[in-house]
Formats: sequence, structure tokens, C-alpha cells
Amino acid sequence: MTDSVIAPEIMDSQVSSGTVRDYVALLKPRVMSLVVFSGFAGMMVAPGHLHPVLTLVAVLCIALASGAAGAINMWYDRDIDAMMDRTAKRPIPQGLVPADEALAFGVILTIASVALMGLALNWVAAGLLALASGFYIFIYTMWLKRRTPQNIVIGGAAGAFPPMIGWAAVTGEVSIASIVLFALIFFWTPPHFWALAIFRKLDYQHAGVPMLPVVAGEAETKKQMLIYTLILLPLAVSPYFLGIGGLTYLVGSIILGLAFVVLAVQVMRSDDHKPAKRMFAFSILYLFLLFAILIGEHLAA
Amino acid sequence: MTEQQTPPPTRKHGGDSHVHRRQRGKNLAVLAALFAFVAIIYVVAMIRMSGGTFP
Repeated sequence: MTDSVIAPEIMDSQVSSGTVRDYVALLKPRVMSLVVFSGFAGMMVAPGHLHPVLTLVAVLCIALASGAAGAINMWYDRDIDAMMDRTAKRPIPQGLVPADEALAFGVILTIASVALMGLALNWVAAGLLALASGFYIFIYTMWLKRRTPQNIVIGGAAGAFPPMIGWAAVTGEVSIASIVLFALIFFWTPPHFWALAIFRKLDYQHAGVPMLPVVAGEAETKKQMLIYTLILLPLAVSPYFLGIGGLTYLVGSIILGLAFVVLAVQVMRSDDHKPAKRMFAFSILYLFLLFAILIGEHLAA
Repeated sequence: MTEQQTPPPTRKHGGDSHVHRRQRGKNLAVLAALFAFVAIIYVVAMIRMSGGTFP
């Protein structure tokens, strides 16, 4: 990586010139918000009752572990982050936080959040939290991301864990319903990320990250995006049949699923990147609304 | 031979205070995080020992 925007000696500087805000930025707050929301949804729909303070602690643990994994990801990917427009403003490429400090920050927060989850809730939830962090750091970031165009398909499992962790925090176990919530995010991740990769293709190409649009081309990517949205359509409906979603959820998931498919078709039929940008934005709304309906139904009940 | 004494280095007040201010901010954030962690452990222990009836 000789043509990185920021010199490696700046990134590996031992002197921290960053503020608290820069350390917060290491935690990828925007990604964290969706992770926390889906984890909270898992807790809400799980059978059983949790003390409100313990619910808050579980949410905090999921948030911290997610952020910590993000910080370690930024430490490992600092070379390619410096080369991509989307990530060049991150605290390590900017020289605001020394790389070693970001790693230490991430490791300490990971250990603290997993330990707290185990002590406050249960060790099944803590184990799943550790598994999700390990999967994101070792399997996705260090192994798959730079090696295969299927990186986000397999690596997407890491982001699919939160509802399962939330469920386990309440029940102390893994069930079919929590596996379905896991699968929902797992199959949502590829069309979500590939929509981004289509309009950020040059960025990934420049950094040498083998995202599907870079390796297989946009046409193949768009075809696969449509396949995943079609798989997602019946999958997103299944919580209704498992008893964790009500009628509102059934109707909402069908409408949202169909809209997702329509957007995927629009992406496939278009040569410019506008539909892909629209699909990326909608994908976030899609997942947020699905879990919001689940939460809303349980609060109303 | 006269001994030439080197004058003590002048502190760059503007630069130093800026760095110190940021460092103090981070130190306070770490302090707050540690206090929060201790408080959480205390409250969780009370809840678990009371069988969920605390407070």
C-alpha cells in the first residue's frame, strides 16, 4: 500500500492528539445504533421478563462490544481506510488516535463488555457476544475481507448476532425464533452492503478490497442482490408464524419485503448508481422498521 | 573561560495548554467510565442478590 493518502508514520504515531469525540468515532456510532436496536428487539420479543436495569446493561454491553469490534477493525484496516474516500476521515488515518491506542481501546472494551454481560445477565449471552466480536474481527476483518468477494456474505453473520444475543440475555438459551432473527439480518446484509459497494466500487477497487462489484462486475452483483431480497421476503414473514410477530408485523414485513424486491429490480434495470444509493438507504430503513414493528407490538401488548 | 549556561527551555504556553486541555478531557472521560462501571457492577449485584426486587 504505497499510495496511501496518509503516511504510515503519522498513523503509527505514539502521540494522541485526538479528543474524546475521536475515541467515540472509533466505536462507529452509526453502525452501533442499528446493532443496539436489533439487540433490543431480540430482548423485547423473547419470552420472559428482565429487570429494566438489566435490560439497559445488556443493551450497553451489546453497544460497547459492537463499538469495540469497530475500533479493532479500524486498527487493522488503517492502511486501506486511508485510501478510501469513505473512510479516510476516520481518526487513525487522520493521525488523531495512535493505532496502538485504538487496538488497546477496542480490546479493553471487548473484555469489559463480555465480562459484564456474563456477570449481569448470563454466560450464554456473553458467549454469543464474544463469538460475534471474534467473528467480526478474526473471520471477517482479518481473514475474509481482503480475500474473497463473499466477504460480507459470511462476515455478515457477525452483524446478525445482536437479536440472538438479546434473546439469550432474557432466556439464557438459543431458540428457533432467535435463529430466524439471526437469519433475517444475515440475508439482509449482502444486498445492503453490495448496494453500497456498487456506488463505492472505485473506492474498494483502489484499496484492493475484492467486493463483488469489483471482482464479478455490477451485473452479477445486482442479480445476486435480487436473489437475496427474494429469499428475504418469506424469511422476514416467518416471525409471524413463530408467534413473535403479530398481524401488523405480517403486513409490514410483506410490504417492506416487496418494496425491497422492487428496489432490487430497479437497481438491476438501471445503469447509473442512483437506484443503488436509494436501495442502500432503504435497506437501513427496512431493517429498522421490521424491528420497530416487533418492538411496538410487544410494547402495545 | 566563562561557562555558558543554556537558558531553560521556554514553555509554549498556547500549544501546551491546548494539548493539556485535550488530555484532561480524556482523563475525565476515563474517570467517568470507571465510576460508571463500578456503579453498574454495584447495582447489578444488588439486583441479582435481591432476586430482582431491587430497588
